[in-house]
Amino acid sequence: MDVVWFLVLSAFIFVIGAAGVMTRRNPLVVLLCLELMLNAGNLALVAFSRMHGGEAGQVFALIVMVIAACEVVIGLGIIVAMYRRRLPIDVDEMSELRG
Amino acid sequence: MSATSYGWLILAFPLAGMLVTAFGWRVLPGRLPGWVASAAILGAFLSAIGALVEIQDRPEDARSLVDSLWTYVATSDVNVDLAILVDPLAVFMCLVVSGVSFLIHVYSVAYMGGDRGYTRYFAYLNYFVFSMLLLVLAANFVLLIVGWAFVGAASYLLISFWYRRSTATHAGIKAFVMNVIGDVALVIAAFLLLDKTGSLEYSGVFERAGEVFAPNDGTLVAACLLILVGAFAKSAQLPLHTWLPDAMEGPTPVSALIHAATMVTAGVYLIARTHPLFELAPAAADVSAIIGTATLLFAATVALAVTDLKRTIAYSTISQIGYMVLGVSVFAYGAGLFHLMTHAFFKALLFMGAGSVISAMGGIQDMDRMGGFRKAMPFTFVAFLCGALALAAFPLTSGFFSKDEILAFTIARGGWYWALAIAGYAGALLTAFYAFRMVFRVFWGDPVPEARELEQGHLAHHPPANPASGEPEDTDVGFPAEEHHIAEREWPMRTAMGPLALLAIVAGALQIPGVSDVVENFLEPTFEDSQFHDTAPTEGAELIGLVVGAVISLLGISGAYVAYVRRRGITLQLRDRYRRVHDFLVHKWYFDELYDAVFVRPLATAGAFGRSVIETDFVQGFIVGGSTGIVRVGTSFARAIQTGYLRGYALLLLVGVAALALYFLLSSS
Repeated sequence: MDVVWFLVLSAFIFVIGAAGVMTRRNPLVVLLCLELMLNAGNLALVAFSRMHGGEAGQVFALIVMVIAACEVVIGLGIIVAMYRRRLPIDVDEMSELRG
Repeated sequence: MSATSYGWLILAFPLAGMLVTAFGWRVLPGRLPGWVASAAILGAFLSAIGALVEIQDRPEDARSLVDSLWTYVATSDVNVDLAILVDPLAVFMCLVVSGVSFLIHVYSVAYMGGDRGYTRYFAYLNYFVFSMLLLVLAANFVLLIVGWAFVGAASYLLISFWYRRSTATHAGIKAFVMNVIGDVALVIAAFLLLDKTGSLEYSGVFERAGEVFAPNDGTLVAACLLILVGAFAKSAQLPLHTWLPDAMEGPTPVSALIHAATMVTAGVYLIARTHPLFELAPAAADVSAIIGTATLLFAATVALAVTDLKRTIAYSTISQIGYMVLGVSVFAYGAGLFHLMTHAFFKALLFMGAGSVISAMGGIQDMDRMGGFRKAMPFTFVAFLCGALALAAFPLTSGFFSKDEILAFTIARGGWYWALAIAGYAGALLTAFYAFRMVFRVFWGDPVPEARELEQGHLAHHPPANPASGEPEDTDVGFPAEEHHIAEREWPMRTAMGPLALLAIVAGALQIPGVSDVVENFLEPTFEDSQFHDTAPTEGAELIGLVVGAVISLLGISGAYVAYVRRRGITLQLRDRYRRVHDFLVHKWYFDELYDAVFVRPLATAGAFGRSVIETDFVQGFIVGGSTGIVRVGTSFARAIQTGYLRGYALLLLVGVAALALYFLLSSS
């Protein structure tokens, strides 16, 4: 099967994730969409790896998974902390970084 | 042990006492710190006696010993050692300072017994004694200036001892500023001498001065005048005297020790120490003699009108130091220093007596509210009377012989010095009058309620308020804590006043014209190079002077008796009749107001201008505000990007990455 199909699928998933990150205000959904984007990257990596016949891409994919897990831990931790402090669960409300 | 070893011991004892009391305040219980401090000063006094014995054993031309501990500075041109000079003058000063200090330490053990800052007080007091002894033992100008500045610092610390009182802290600042004027002048004088003679050691400067300078050489006169500024600032002479009356805000034993007996006489010591320079520059010495005379008259007139008991004694101190300055400036060193010694005795005694009365009054110092303490405090009465007799130069007391000797020497100089002597006798009349004004107003008359209470064995209680300004006071800092009102009840206070009362009466026997000449003979080796060595009054002239002095003293005392006991209303009538004169005297010749108008107010205005215009408008508004404004405008674009919205950042990121990817795609194809 041609690698293009995998890349097109990967691009679709990435754009869906990116659109979600940019449009949704619930941090949980933003986190989910981030996962989509990461997995789209993984898919592309594995597809290229298969095309070239090497293992490097697969190893990268594994590392990305580990990093994604870490990121989820931190992200969920932040969300739980927000919930505990009774802050609004809304990314637009957290705008203290404004210059 | 050699005399110099004793000299180092004299310094070591108070230093050790200071360190022990300063660092042991947690461990030393009760009144022990006071006793430790007193023992340290007693050690210094005994060492001074040791030095005296050692130095008397040596031949007369070898009684000036220098010993160096280590070298401060060693360059090709400047050599400064940490060295002490033990000679008759230094030993004499050490004996007076440590002896009187010891008695005042003992007095303080009782007087300050109820104070929260008891240990701090004794640490300061020992520090003061150490600094003062360093000042008199120094063998070069550098160490002298170190001691000079140290005593100024100790004086500041002790004046503002009750630091919650705004009047006390203001007085401390005033004293410090005035003293720093003197310090700076002294440093410049030392520099001028170093520049011309190439030495900072006393011996080197004095030896070379004769070769380098012609008599009344301009630089030398300038250096001497600068030394005088230093001496006058420390000794509260015109026009740098205004700090001393305010310094009475400190505890009374401090006034007795620092602002009467020892530190304020440092200026007299300095003039005596640098006498070879003044003899080469008689113009400067004449300036000094005239200012001393002016001061003694001025302060005596103010002491006639001031009603604050301690301030009256303070003005009397200024006046008496005027006599000493006059003495050493007409090159009558023995007489001037003899008066320094007797003054230390009787003035410390007067302050101690005043302290007893003030503590019986619950901190009130106003003589208008005192009276009739004769029966309530018989011991203090007798002691105070002894001090007042000596101050008034009553015949055969110590002040009688010392003061008249100064005036006799002044007359012996001949010429226009006559005028100074006449002014001195006029001052003596005023002195006798105001001395007994204090005695009659405090101890005679109808007993005030406090005195009556004390006769029944009660002590005065007053609400905790500053007697000077009336502002309410924090009793946490000790004064006027109830237990502080001890009057003269405790034995340490009486023990300290007893010997001084005795000395105030009999110390004159050391130097009676034609009979004894102890002080002058002892100081002889220090001053034997003086060219005025032989300008001494004849015995007949001295005896005439004594008779004149006795008549003046009795006249002043009887005048006070008439004015304050016999016909009590007369002073009030005089006051109403000559209200202008009275106001002039009560306002201390308007010196404070003058300085306020000339220095304080313009400086405050300049400061306010600097704060409002330069600081607020220029520095903060223009420089700081301008530079931040530029940065603010320049970064407004960057700040606009930072919206704070997470999704905005994500969009930027994505657009950026997409743009980069597009760029690479386009550039690679």
